[in-house]
Amino acid sequence: MSLDFSFLTLKVINNIILTGLIFSFKLTLIAMVLGIILGTLLAMMRLSKFKLLSSFALGYVTIVRSIPLVMVILWVFLLIPLFIGRSLGTEYSAIITFTLFEAAFYAEIMRAGIQSVKRDQANAGYALGMNYFQCMRYIVLPQAFRNMLPVLLTQTIVLFQDTSLVYAIGAFDLLKGFSIISKNFNRPVEAYILATIVYFIICFSLSYLVKRIQNRVRIVR
Amino acid sequence: MFTLDWSFLSKKVVGNQTYFGWLMTAWETTLTISFFAFIIAFTLGFLMGVLRTTQNKYLVLIGNIWTEIFRNIPVLVQVFLWYFVIPKIFPIFSKLPAFALAVIALGLFTSSRISEQVRAGIQSIPTDQRYASLALGLTTYQSYRFVLLPVAFRLVLPPLTSEAMNIIKNSSVAFAVSIAELTMYAIQVQEETARGIEVYLVVTALYFISAFIVNLLSILIEKSIQIPHFIGGRK
Repeated sequence: MSLDFSFLTLKVINNIILTGLIFSFKLTLIAMVLGIILGTLLAMMRLSKFKLLSSFALGYVTIVRSIPLVMVILWVFLLIPLFIGRSLGTEYSAIITFTLFEAAFYAEIMRAGIQSVKRDQANAGYALGMNYFQCMRYIVLPQAFRNMLPVLLTQTIVLFQDTSLVYAIGAFDLLKGFSIISKNFNRPVEAYILATIVYFIICFSLSYLVKRIQNRVRIVR
Repeated sequence: MFTLDWSFLSKKVVGNQTYFGWLMTAWETTLTISFFAFIIAFTLGFLMGVLRTTQNKYLVLIGNIWTEIFRNIPVLVQVFLWYFVIPKIFPIFSKLPAFALAVIALGLFTSSRISEQVRAGIQSIPTDQRYASLALGLTTYQSYRFVLLPVAFRLVLPPLTSEAMNIIKNSSVAFAVSIAELTMYAIQVQEETARGIEVYLVVTALYFISAFIVNLLSILIEKSIQIPHFIGGRK
């Protein structure tokens, strides 16, 4: 069979592929930032001495991690209109889903990060008269964050790959762009070959970057 | 605030089949996809992981390329690749049903993750063991077969358990190529019956139960093969 990529005009690239790519990146970035913030809070709750907080965090993380992401995407898309009475559209629904979902994964990473900081460090902070939040903010979290930076970034690559699953609710992401091309030009073979190549290049370069950062962090310490 | 109405489960879809019957078939499909995909993932993942720890740089390269390719493409894109592209380029695959193509896609995707676990497992075995076995006159093959792999296999079991649970979760992407597994059921029946919450609840519960079963099985397997005085072996 012969491949025909002639449908790939500047207009198609601009209107379809780039639009999708920008949304995929936007979704990844927002979910990463909000997910890490929420995940750090969950990790702090999980390690808290208050039983109620730690069981809530444990329950949240366990439940979210055992449901397939596609089901979580569908759940949020179904529930939002029931709670606020109107639909927020697929894109906001996707952003909310990924923030809530990834928070559970970032929480586990941050928990390991906080536990990787020696207890003496926190004790020294308390001895200096800091309270819990100051101690976390100035001593424990910066080190935890730095120790876990490569893992957090690796999780973010997984997050970027997972954004393709918004296909389930039809949000316009990179993969949706290629599936539109596949249908409009009736060229599924070429469209999905392109999709594979684009996703591979992005993910492969990102993992290369993470490896570089990992080596850097290691040297500094 | 919501009243749940489960009556749709006993309603007929077509012929004699009820929504409940369809649900059970869908669950079976999810488990079957996951089971076969795990066999592919385990076989190829183990092989590639082992190749990456050998002293032969070509074998290492093959293992590395394999892992990088299948790890850096989203699973849903891989499913589309196997469904739309591969059968057109290699006509031999056009005879396979969508189900088999999804199984292959999911299996290869997961094999890259298992290859990582296996490589890490073998590399965590002290190098003394490898050298000792070579010093005793074992060939490379024998040192893997009798010394390294029996230990590595037990070491990677806990991460393999989470991969097995991941495969069940990831099998949900098969909905995109219209395979009637649990997620497809959820989407379809939600539209047909408008009982979204109930449908999603029951489907989510089945995913939970599936993960729980895998977890239980792996605890049994781990207990029966753990190495005394070794990581994970408490007695």
